Amino acid sequence: MIRRLMLVAAVAALPFVALAGDARRDAILADYAAKARAADKGFAAFSAQRGETLFRTKWTGGDSRTTSCTACHTANPRQPGQNAKTGRAIDPVAVSVNPKRFTDPATVEKQFTRDCRSVLGRDCTPLEKGDYITFMAGQ
Amino acid sequence: MRLLVTLAGVLLAASPAFAGDDWMPPVRDATVLKECGACHMAFQPGFLPARSWTRMMGSLADHFGEDASLPDDKIEIIRAYLTANGGDVVNRGRAAKYMQWVAPGGTPQRITENPDFLRKHRFPESVWTDPKVVTRSNCAACHSGAERGYYE
Ligand code: HEC
Repeated sequence: MIRRLMLVAAVAALPFVALAGDARRDAILADYAAKARAADKGFAAFSAQRGETLFRTKWTGGDSRTTSCTACHTANPRQPGQNAKTGRAIDPVAVSVNPKRFTDPATVEKQFTRDCRSVLGRDCTPLEKGDYITFMAGQ
Repeated sequence: MRLLVTLAGVLLAASPAFAGDDWMPPVRDATVLKECGACHMAFQPGFLPARSWTRMMGSLADHFGEDASLPDDKIEIIRAYLTANGGDVVNRGRAAKYMQWVAPGGTPQRITENPDFLRKHRFPESVWTDPKVVTRSNCAACHSGAERGYYE
């Protein structure tokens, strides 16, 4: 009986979790959009293409072990990655294979700060962050 | 039923004793697993004395050359867990072995410099430069049970 109840609860929660995931990502994107607009009144929309360029560009100015986001997340975001500094495995970053991605604002901000400084040698702008998430959301 | 649960509990609690000298109590705190485990394995606190963890949690802006800064509330949770489970607190099995090499009052930061670690890791350089390994602290590259505290 309890087992059945739990199953029902789990099934009932499923679509909710999926929806909530999207809503949280949308909220994160809306926040970056507001900041991008504040920095540049001409801001229209995020671009998956610019996000992909950010992801694949070989930058100078960061850590020599990580000249590109692909150093850890690999050239294919649907594949698991490996941390170039520690060797630890990293789950895929493409939303299609890992729907939990970009749903917790604190985690997203913390990781952008660490990873952008490591790769670009500076913080990413709100525009770059929104572009990056937009690219990964379509992957 | 209740008896079964109790029995299972007793067995679980007892299992570390059978697990041999290589066993190290695994990390059970969700914040530690998430935050420390984001970049590397969440190392078991038993490998360093509590005072080492206090020092480490006070210097996250320069964490082995990386800026691993975290919000204060997270730091507090992690520090409390690591110091409550430090090697000098556990003080048995593998943790006790590691603690033998720690100077009184010393605050070592690198687990991989402990003589007990070195003694068991005398490998040719090619092992360390294997792309699966990357760093000496990548325990799980060779020890598949590392996260659970097993280092066979
Ligand atoms: C040194 C290796 C490394 C590099 C290089 C790297 N990342 Fe990451 N990234 C990680 C790790 C580790 C995580 C956290 C673990 C996880 O989420 O699986 C992560 C997670 C993230 C997240 C959080 C995703 C989420 O779950 O919400 C974002 C955002 C991110 N990375 C952006 C970037 C960007 C942008 C770049 C390039 C400028 C980049 N990363 C380059 C290692 C790296």
